[in-house]
Amino acid sequence: MSIQTAASGLSMNEPLLWERGRSGRCGVDFPKDDVPDCPLPQDVTASTAPDIPHLSELDVVRHYTRLSTWNFGVDTGMYPLGSCTMKYNPKTNERQAGLGGFANLHPLVPEAWCQGALRLMVELEEDLCEITGMDAASLQPAAGAHGELAGMLILHAWLSHKGETRHKIIIPDTAHGTNPASAALCGFRPVAVISGPKGILQAETVRSVMDEDTAGIMITNPNTLGLFEAELPEICRIVHEKGGLVYADGANMNALMGIVGMGCIGVDVMHLNLHKTFSTPHGGGGPGAGPVLVKRFLEPFLPLPRVIRREDGAFGLSEDFPLSIGRMVGFYGHFLVWVRAYSYIRSLGADGLRQASRLAVLNANYIRARLRDVYHLPYETPCLHECVFSDRHLLPYKVSTLDVAKRLMDYGFHPPTIYFPLVVHGSLMIEPTETEGKEELDRFVEALRTIAEEAKGNPDMVHEAPCKTRVTRLDEVEAARRPCLAG
Amino acid sequence: MRYFPHTEEDIRRMLEEIGVDSIDALFSGVPPDCRRSGAMHLPEALCEWELDRKMEEMAGQNAAAPSLTLLVGAGRYHHHIPAVVPALAGRSEFLTAYTPYQPEISQGTLQAIYEYQTLAARLMGMDVVTASHYDGATALAESLLMAIRKTGRSSVVVSRTIHPHVRQVIQTYLKPTGYNLVEAGFTREGTTDVTGIDWSNAAALAVQSPNFFGCVEPLSRYADAAHGAGALLVASFTEALSLGVLKTPGSQGADIVAGEGQSFGLPMGFGGPGLGMLGARQELVRTLPGRLIGKTRDRNGKPGFVLTLATREQHIRREKATSNICSNNGHCALTAAVYLATLGAEGLARTARINHNKAAYLAQRLQEIGMPLVFSAPFFNEFVVQAPPGFEAVRQALMQKGILAGLPIQTHYPELDTPYLFCATETVTREAIDRFLAEVKP
Amino acid sequence: MKDIAELRFPENLRYAPDHEWARREAEEAVIGISDYAQDQLGDVVYVELPKVGARFEKGEVFGTVESVKAVSELIAPLSGEVIAVNATLENTPDLVNSDPYGEGWMIRIRCAQPAQYDELMASDAYVAMLKG
Repeated sequence: MSIQTAASGLSMNEPLLWERGRSGRCGVDFPKDDVPDCPLPQDVTASTAPDIPHLSELDVVRHYTRLSTWNFGVDTGMYPLGSCTMKYNPKTNERQAGLGGFANLHPLVPEAWCQGALRLMVELEEDLCEITGMDAASLQPAAGAHGELAGMLILHAWLSHKGETRHKIIIPDTAHGTNPASAALCGFRPVAVISGPKGILQAETVRSVMDEDTAGIMITNPNTLGLFEAELPEICRIVHEKGGLVYADGANMNALMGIVGMGCIGVDVMHLNLHKTFSTPHGGGGPGAGPVLVKRFLEPFLPLPRVIRREDGAFGLSEDFPLSIGRMVGFYGHFLVWVRAYSYIRSLGADGLRQASRLAVLNANYIRARLRDVYHLPYETPCLHECVFSDRHLLPYKVSTLDVAKRLMDYGFHPPTIYFPLVVHGSLMIEPTETEGKEELDRFVEALRTIAEEAKGNPDMVHEAPCKTRVTRLDEVEAARRPCLAG
Repeated sequence: MRYFPHTEEDIRRMLEEIGVDSIDALFSGVPPDCRRSGAMHLPEALCEWELDRKMEEMAGQNAAAPSLTLLVGAGRYHHHIPAVVPALAGRSEFLTAYTPYQPEISQGTLQAIYEYQTLAARLMGMDVVTASHYDGATALAESLLMAIRKTGRSSVVVSRTIHPHVRQVIQTYLKPTGYNLVEAGFTREGTTDVTGIDWSNAAALAVQSPNFFGCVEPLSRYADAAHGAGALLVASFTEALSLGVLKTPGSQGADIVAGEGQSFGLPMGFGGPGLGMLGARQELVRTLPGRLIGKTRDRNGKPGFVLTLATREQHIRREKATSNICSNNGHCALTAAVYLATLGAEGLARTARINHNKAAYLAQRLQEIGMPLVFSAPFFNEFVVQAPPGFEAVRQALMQKGILAGLPIQTHYPELDTPYLFCATETVTREAIDRFLAEVKP
Repeated sequence: MKDIAELRFPENLRYAPDHEWARREAEEAVIGISDYAQDQLGDVVYVELPKVGARFEKGEVFGTVESVKAVSELIAPLSGEVIAVNATLENTPDLVNSDPYGEGWMIRIRCAQPAQYDELMASDAYVAMLKG
């Protein structure tokens, strides 16, 4: 079996944008003026033209086409980033998001003129509630972390409404950094709890810290080790007993669709990542969307405006929610991202989504089974949709997880998530997702097995990697010491 | 299902390798009390043809440009988007890539966003710009938190001429913090009234220019007032295109600039996603939230780009981070860069000029039919007129004819008389304006 | 990372359990981080130091030191008032790595309780703790 997924080829160099172009070039044409020229007063206008380059249309096309070839996307190859769910981004979703009736819709048109958009919002909210077992949703948060902030604001508002002030929130040591950061934005002090020997949270640990000054707990399920938090129902009971609420980070929902309902196990508020579980593209950093979902008793606190059904059956937007935490974005949220997620859910249906989770879990377990004799598995507990290895077997050869990640690129794969979660030394978190086929998984496994051999027999190869990419390892130290953030 | 490549044979062989009988067995760690009792109730799956039909029908229930004559802005603007912009930004190497944590195979995104940072910094007159925030509103809210951190003070002054939605977002962010929000009113000219502001303990003054009324605000004057009181000046905007012709906020003394970049090549999209353009002076760089891309070299001395100053961010500082932001609106920043590259200096200046000309023409004609400007400050492409009583009925009738004639803003500013916010961009022809006016006053 | 035997721990200095060092000069003390600390941190990219005039109790956080991927708090080994700060670290944080006891010094304080100096570890005690 060939493992030569990656090869060298002709790659075009390309200067910075302002090193291209020539004064006098312009990439657009204009019609004749049909209204009189009316200059703005001198004291408000800039004295020179904007300081941006002058490029012809082809200059622009060549520039960005070449830059794009330096990237690696899901469309290029396997992208097994743990907890990111880099599944295939369907092209039909792009077509739907590009329809004029969605893309060219102004947010302030009268309600009668946007019934299609409002219907999409209502149906998507209902779908997401159905998938998660929650009662009500807001699509407004612009990203997962923003959804977490919404959740924390809801928690804060709910406590305030009851006349209570609580200062702490419980956060497991496996939590994503956004969790404590979001809690801190609401004035909560994170109380860290350690996961048990099986890699999951133990109810007793939570019981020992939960008190009446603790607003609740933020958990991720499955957690960032890819393990199902089996003691969660008991943990929810413990937290509820002392008047707290349970927040679930739904980033790993790809393991559970159709199998587990988060609302059914005691979660009060949670968020989802549409750019993970629901296939919307990451775009090199975003935009995603982080809808927040709640149990009925928290519905009054959801961000506004909310989509409602009026008496005549038409859809509308309402700000008539006096207990709402308020508005979180300028308008309603990332509508065009919702269009993509909606298209995905309609394309898969209940059976398709369930199958996606089942195959995601199958793929991760397959990789775990095929690599466990070579890479160290910190936990015997079977994983769900992602598996985590440590660097224990690499250390004797003075090879690090970072080295392995860099060398994987030479084999044509995007590296997995590295050094997270923090509880595993030199962690390598692998999430293949359900859209990778067996051949690709086998090639990935072979590449990692070969690298493990290289670590033993030829560690310099791994230390020097990557060597096939356009640039080799970059000096991040210099970039941080003497930052150059604009040209 | 076409997204799942597994054959029955594949599944069988994989299960064998794992050592279990079925996929169900892989979920044995999920206790019975956690399982769903029944299947999810979702509509039947649609194949691609069926999806196309359904979505076209749904999209068809929305009235969108260009079939409308849209004379409204108020935070989202209809501009021409050159074909090269979606063609290039939509390339799947940009679209389906993740955050560039592995720089060796992400130089495309990294250089493109570094270029965006640079162009945005020049246009805003700032030293450093982040790789994007969610939108102008959240960028402004977080700027105020930055100012609070930097100055150690606990109150912010927010102008009423800032977009009402943006002010709501600021309130949402400040509510759990205990920090104080003080409002500054506006003058008859239509700009912020900085006289009588209680500057005690003020970390910043936040203003928008052009403001919600469309008026250009005299930022230098506010910079003097704010700096004199030991506070920062935070300038924002909802119409990024104004940067093509107006003096930069930085040149007028702004310390932080937080605005909405949707006008730079992003479709209106029913309000999202947008682009939070967030920039600051050099000394504030370490309090900036969001990703930053820096230039460096590789081991062979070849120039390249990396994410940098990550120690500000949540994945390292956790609860002490400058913000919780992780995913941003990076692809929107890329799109904006392509737009700016395509228009270039001349194209941007000219497009901005055309916007103002169209709006000036519309304002002039409205004045002639008895709807005068409410404010005397110069405007860019939006302005407020006082309509005669009963105009709302006319406006409703015009809607039937596919014309959205301005936005009533009385609910946000009850002290004004029948105020309507009008906008004209380069996409509105003179013919459309004349046709609209003929409908109002035949 | 180096072996402890390869690192330096000058005998004229005292050391704190959190790896800061102090050098007493009459009523003042100069403070920095040890060779072990800089070696563990890796390349230092930024040092956040207090302003002149700031006061700290022994055990309080007085600043942070950053590498590319981590942030560590600096803990005051002695109580006092900051009378000088090493401004060159702003542009050349590398000095913390290359010369942790010399050019990489961080703050100079006026000691509030000079007797605290004797509570710190001597070089051999510190090395024993590291090997421990």
